[in-house]
Amino acid sequence: MAVPKTIGIETEYGIVLKGTDDPNPIAASSLLINAFLMVREPKSQPRVSWDFEDESPSRDARGETPLHALAPEIETHLVNAVLTNGSRYYVDHAHPEYSTPECADARSVTVHDRAGEEILIESMAAASSMLGDGQEIVVYKNNSDGKGNSYGTHENYLMDRKTPFGQIVHHGIAHLITRQIYTGSGKVGTELPGMNRDEVTFQLTQRADFFEEQVGLETTLKRPIINTRDEPHADARKYRRLHVIAGDANMSEVATYLKVGVTAIILGMIEHDAISRIYTFADPVRAMQQISHDITLKRPLELDDGTKIRAHEVQQALFADAQKFIETHGTEFVGGPVALDVMERWGHTLDALGRDPMELATTIDWVAKYRLLEAYRERHGLEWDDARLAAMDIQYTDMRPGRSIARKLGLERISSDAEVQAATTDPPEDTRAYFRGECLRKWGDHIVAANWDSLVFDVGVEPLRRIPMMEPTRGTRKHVGTVLEECNTPLELLERLNG
Amino acid sequence: MAEREQKKRSGQPAESEQVEDLPSASESGEKLKSDMDDLLDEIDEVLETNAEDFVKSYIQKGGQ
Repeated sequence: MAVPKTIGIETEYGIVLKGTDDPNPIAASSLLINAFLMVREPKSQPRVSWDFEDESPSRDARGETPLHALAPEIETHLVNAVLTNGSRYYVDHAHPEYSTPECADARSVTVHDRAGEEILIESMAAASSMLGDGQEIVVYKNNSDGKGNSYGTHENYLMDRKTPFGQIVHHGIAHLITRQIYTGSGKVGTELPGMNRDEVTFQLTQRADFFEEQVGLETTLKRPIINTRDEPHADARKYRRLHVIAGDANMSEVATYLKVGVTAIILGMIEHDAISRIYTFADPVRAMQQISHDITLKRPLELDDGTKIRAHEVQQALFADAQKFIETHGTEFVGGPVALDVMERWGHTLDALGRDPMELATTIDWVAKYRLLEAYRERHGLEWDDARLAAMDIQYTDMRPGRSIARKLGLERISSDAEVQAATTDPPEDTRAYFRGECLRKWGDHIVAANWDSLVFDVGVEPLRRIPMMEPTRGTRKHVGTVLEECNTPLELLERLNG
Repeated sequence: MAEREQKKRSGQPAESEQVEDLPSASESGEKLKSDMDDLLDEIDEVLETNAEDFVKSYIQKGGQ
């Protein structure tokens, strides 16, 4: 059986501290986030911190970060904040990271991903007043520095624990490597060891070069296409959280929307065993890179039965299965009405990719970037190894509104500005993020710690009280809105919830 | 808010041929072409002044 596909996206942003000889990315990330918190949520002092209680040490190595590495003039704790919109904003692996709250569909998560961008923009502005003359912190929503270092944009999907993991592996690999034809953000050159930049002047994705395994637990080395981290942040008897590390950060909202919307549908189909064929690639990691390295989308890929298939054909077949799936099963577990719109855009996108990918210059990042770079190359007569093209590649994702090339391209929007602005402070109303966010807004002073599946209250009398939130689809406005409104103190809330 | 938006779109599944989309797609393609020159001018203005140094110094610590 399928479970509702609650979705979230975590983005590690690239960060640069300009105007210094000794840019310390951990210190810069801390300063960035602290500056934001001081401006935006001054009330939440002492700030609500992340609660690591339910996290396994292997998962989270933040505590091992050497604090003496931080510049002395800067706050020496690693920031880890929970915001009233239900999101988490923190320093991770020398990058500022923004995790959206749990969202009930692709549209909602697209709005919240964009709200994350706005929060980073506000953070840069807030930080500027705390920096010395000529210094500036700039963040980039990309996944590679072009020199072999990668940082991730991860998607998370709630899944039924009963679904055999083998099924997720087979179909998940086929989908995740072939969806690159519309989820890729584009990259100049290649960082694949042993491969020359002349061989790949431009590729579909930021990330494909960094994958080495089909399945595994790692996220920072030997990255696997299917990550096996088993940390559901929910009732582990019922749920699994599929942690997808194989995607790019997208500047295009339509690309984000398709990335999560289609994947949610595919995962619902896996839960119902509704995919008609298993595509077993002879070498999935190599196929992932071959797909990324081929902007013509025509390259045949070898399956282990010796036959060949193109990424586009796999996606078309999955799309045909998805149409049947939605006809028979509806959209209840894969995003509701939003799933119908996702289907329409998915079909339209595959049709256009089959005709001429350049038709998608306002919706698909790699196309938008490639088209621009080609035009620029032509105007100035540049070779692909010209530094200006590499600079544009990075600056495509520059978060400064005046400098962001992506924002100058007129990419199609899914969200409205008003929705995005609201999502920087308000949680989604249809997941447990609502409960987390509203409690923080109302009783931030009484919450001593928070994480995805619990809140810890200090109600003024011992002991501290933990409220578990093991059901991601509960704690919605419908479910707790009235209770939250009627309670004046956290103690009242606890009594109501226990009664 | 999201629900209101969704209602507008709760149309039929994607099997129907969206032939009317084609002209508008190529129209926007035309517009893109005419906008491209302006855009390239703007890129020249905002692009990091020393592209080579900028690219060289853009070094990130690896992450997840």
